Amino acid sequence: MGRIEWAMWANEQALASGLILVTGGVVAVAAQFKGWPFAAYAIAAGVFVCLLEYPRGKRKKGSTMERCGQKYLTAVVKVFGPITRNYYVRAILHAALAVPAGFLLSTILGTACLGIASAIYLLAAIRGEEWNPIEQKPQERPQVGGGTIKQPPAMPPPRPPADTRKKPPAEVAGQENPIPVTIEAE
Amino acid sequence: RDKKFYYTRVLLGSALAWARASAKCLNFNSMLILLPVCRNLLSFLRGTCLCCRRTMRKQLDRNLTFHKLVAYAIALFTAVHIIAHLCNFEWYNDSQQAADGSLSSILSNLHQDEESNKWLNPIHTNSTTPAYVTFTTIPGLTGVIITLALILMVTSSMEFIRRSYFEVFWYTHHLFIIYFAGLVIHGIAGLVRGQTAESLNKHNPEHCAQDPRYWGGNNTDSHCEEPEFGSIPAEVSPSICSLCRVLLATPRSAQAVAVVHPSKVLELQMHKKGFSMEVGQYIFINCPSVSHLEWHPFTLTSAPEEDFFSVHIRAAGDWTENLIDTFQQQKPKTPRIEVDGPFGTASEDVFQYEVAMLVGAGIGVTPFASVLKSIWYKFQHADQRLKTKKVGQAAFNFDNDTDVVTGLKQKTAFGRPMWSNEFSAVATAHPRSVVGVFLCGPQALAKSLQKCCHQYSSLDPRKVKFYFNKENF
Repeated sequence: MGRIEWAMWANEQALASGLILVTGGVVAVAAQFKGWPFAAYAIAAGVFVCLLEYPRGKRKKGSTMERCGQKYLTAVVKVFGPITRNYYVRAILHAALAVPAGFLLSTILGTACLGIASAIYLLAAIRGEEWNPIEQKPQERPQVGGGTIKQPPAMPPPRPPADTRKKPPAEVAGQENPIPVTIEAE
Repeated sequence: RDKKFYYTRVLLGSALAWARASAKCLNFNSMLILLPVCRNLLSFLRGTCLCCRRTMRKQLDRNLTFHKLVAYAIALFTAVHIIAHLCNFEWYNDSQQAADGSLSSILSNLHQDEESNKWLNPIHTNSTTPAYVTFTTIPGLTGVIITLALILMVTSSMEFIRRSYFEVFWYTHHLFIIYFAGLVIHGIAGLVRGQTAESLNKHNPEHCAQDPRYWGGNNTDSHCEEPEFGSIPAEVSPSICSLCRVLLATPRSAQAVAVVHPSKVLELQMHKKGFSMEVGQYIFINCPSVSHLEWHPFTLTSAPEEDFFSVHIRAAGDWTENLIDTFQQQKPKTPRIEVDGPFGTASEDVFQYEVAMLVGAGIGVTPFASVLKSIWYKFQHADQRLKTKKVGQAAFNFDNDTDVVTGLKQKTAFGRPMWSNEFSAVATAHPRSVVGVFLCGPQALAKSLQKCCHQYSSLDPRKVKFYFNKENF
């Protein structure tokens, strides 16, 4: 469990809690349960949490899969700088948001889930993680040969004639290497 | 529309039906969800289906997809069930607190003071909230706990988390034990009630509901005694499969000999009493000195004809790196290894097809290492079932005219293969055969291979047909 980035899981958990808060709130408001103002608050809090948590942060190691259409929200969240970057702030914020929804049964599940997300964010913050936005990468140059050539020819021209070349399955030109080729580790 | 629930419906409306229906679905789905991941059961099914058609076993390849589908269904029904019960609790509470002499309030006050168990409304005071009731009753409390367990399991099994941080997914998913335990307890308290049969004889709801003031007493006009209620027994979800899974997995220790290859690859050659394998199978390995709880799957790279079984492990994370370090330290006693398996996958069927195309990408070549070794042994022993005229093309000798990369006569071609050329070549070479295409590799490759299989299979059942088999972990 050494290299886990807790913030990633906290992010999923918080997003789910936001959705649960909204659902619970909608049920209570629609059916006009007693104490439904709490439910109205829960809807607002849930929407806010969803918007905040939708853009996924960048992983420290490896590539990060963006959520669909998250770049617009990333721009907004980035604007707040250290408030959204620091996970201590997020942990406290989620804990605070969760409390009022705990007074109504419909939204209490959202409270519990958001509380758990807050705890995982606290753990992430203690381990020094930070939220970094995923930047757009510059467009890659289209590869030569349709991207199927992995290794450039090892010998300069003139190269050995075609009949000593290996029989290729496609139009990729094979190469007879007179010097041994070392296979590198992947 | 059962008369038993006439009065319950007065209090709760249709939310009662929603809650009970989704509960039955949840029971069923909870049983189903364990079936696709019982590794032992799957291997057993594969083994017994030797006489069945190949397509039956192909369905077993999609076990993970099925598991996920059932999980989505459980999540959906849980949501429906919870919403229905939210309404139920609220309306029970409202009925209890109403003092307007309506049918609901009369029903709620019935049998509340006695010690008997004949009440209808589980809320017994009129100064409580639904939340308080939830947390002080067994179904309510267990419901909250198992829902939290379910949500944690779902969030940690999102594709992103699973691929990047597998341990979180693996350990959190063991919360299923809490889920099943809670599920069994959940229905026991019997908060949902209906009129008892005995009471139905003395009190007909349709007739008596109109005038509740005349219930009981010595009123002989309407023949309506006070109605009495009893709990409806809940169905206990079958947890047999989970017990089976726990009981049937019996790993035992294996003796290991380790060979460390360059580029941080460890080959473990092992002996275990009573171990027998087929080509392309995989085992789960646990090394207590590295981690007591982690079991990781590795494909067997040895052939069944050899007297040991081996796996090749590449350093690709915490556990694998620690394992390689442990073996490299050369302590006087080699670390203990525990082995669970072997478990069967699609590659077992390689020899069942007339013609087989094996595609391995990246680390996915490992099952096919086992297959190739097995072919070599069969060739050595002149196995008559193997068509040797084709094997000659990939002769395993070390003459001058060998390829420099692999040392084989078959030349290595660089670059990615053009699948349409390969498939059309095979289709022309074997126009009347059934060809099995086996892939162990990334999803994108699976899509293009599947497309080619459909494209080059002929509609005529006498002509060439490509069957696609995929395996992934």
